Amino acid sequence: MRKNQATLTDAEKQNFVEAVLALKRRGRYDRFVRTHQEFVMSDTDDGPRVAHRGPSFLPWHRRFLLDFEEELRGIDDTVELPYWDWTMDQDPEAAPWTGDFLGGTGRAADGQVTTGPFARGGGRWRISVRVDSRDFLRRSLGAGGGVRLPTRAELDSVLALSTYDQSPWHSRAEGFRNQLEGWRGVNLHNRVHQWVDGHMATGASPNDPVFWLHHCFVDKLWADWQRLHPDSGYLPRRPTRDVVSLEEPMRPWGDVTPADMLDHTRFYAYDTDAETGAGGGPGA
Amino acid sequence: MDGHHAGRHAAHPNRRRMLIGSGLALAGLAAATPPALAALPENGPAGRAAPDGPMRFDEVYRGRRIQGWTEPVTHHGPGGDGHHRSGGHGHDRHGGGARVLVDGRDLHLMRNADGSWISVVNHYQTYDDLRALARGAVDALDGAALIPLP
Ligand SMILES: [Cu+2]
Ligand SMILES: [Cu+2]
Repeated sequence: MRKNQATLTDAEKQNFVEAVLALKRRGRYDRFVRTHQEFVMSDTDDGPRVAHRGPSFLPWHRRFLLDFEEELRGIDDTVELPYWDWTMDQDPEAAPWTGDFLGGTGRAADGQVTTGPFARGGGRWRISVRVDSRDFLRRSLGAGGGVRLPTRAELDSVLALSTYDQSPWHSRAEGFRNQLEGWRGVNLHNRVHQWVDGHMATGASPNDPVFWLHHCFVDKLWADWQRLHPDSGYLPRRPTRDVVSLEEPMRPWGDVTPADMLDHTRFYAYDTDAETGAGGGPGA
Repeated sequence: MDGHHAGRHAAHPNRRRMLIGSGLALAGLAAATPPALAALPENGPAGRAAPDGPMRFDEVYRGRRIQGWTEPVTHHGPGGDGHHRSGGHGHDRHGGGARVLVDGRDLHLMRNADGSWISVVNHYQTYDDLRALARGAVDALDGAALIPLP
């Protein structure tokens, strides 16, 4: 069960952190950072785009998170990804930013995270896939250009959009996907990257473990949207220039289509599924 | 609730089977590095031909030298296939021929469909012009040097 991070027990937090650190120690974490960075740099508005700026933003990240979660579960099979509801938990001093979980914001001088398990000084979290010379995790929670976290009302306004995505299928498109991703409209997902700042503001954003909690919530929002709009679905359904349509394979996997990713209940449940009537869906 | 649990338990064997090979797919990607990465130049301005567009700025901002060029306007328009242009630097593919250097080192950048810009050090924030992007990168770098991607 993927749970809201605010409800995790101390043991659940610790198990998640230890599994992430073990992945890093075994040299299996950084390939996720590298893959993400490569897609960030190659997904363009005027060329092929898979992970960002296009309709497959949501199924690509769903599969990316599944791969990562599978790695964590290979270390500790009690672990599942938690999600961070950034409309609720907005205090930079509170969870998930506590010393027993993700650690706090960076220090003023250089943005370096100095508390919690991912502080460079602890010797367990060195940034190796990076675009500049700094090898420590950085954050400046809420300091990035006056950005504030999205409100529930803003989120609901995006969930209310009934069209999944539409032409031109990139950062200028109208529709749910692009407003959730944040290139247009109130800006949800992109804005949260900016709010955390530091590594989260870069293409190498998975260097900050909060990446997984942020994208887990984005993933949950896709499921919530599907439930609100049972008659809407993934678009485009037919092959369309530069983007991945419903039944076409996504890079880098080559054998995974958006259609394969539509029903999250094939893979996991969210803690809110039972109360909202999801779960046990058609693929389960 | 029962249905929910049944669904969840049924999901896991299925899930493991579906995820087999993911490691291979991810590992394979490194070998198939996109041109933009493969073409990252040796650092330093020496010996580097400037892009063929006009230089837009060359200034010192917060102690860092920033330089920017934009593309020649003749090559491609919106939605064109400028990213297939041959003989260019890897950066041409995404920056539409534009280039920004910070202390002589290439900053990976990309043009958005609305004409704004984005760089790899500030990738969820758009800038209206290249100079603002370069200054934003200097702010984000906070004294650190750009390095080629691993
Ligand atoms: Cu991403
Ligand atoms: Cu993201």
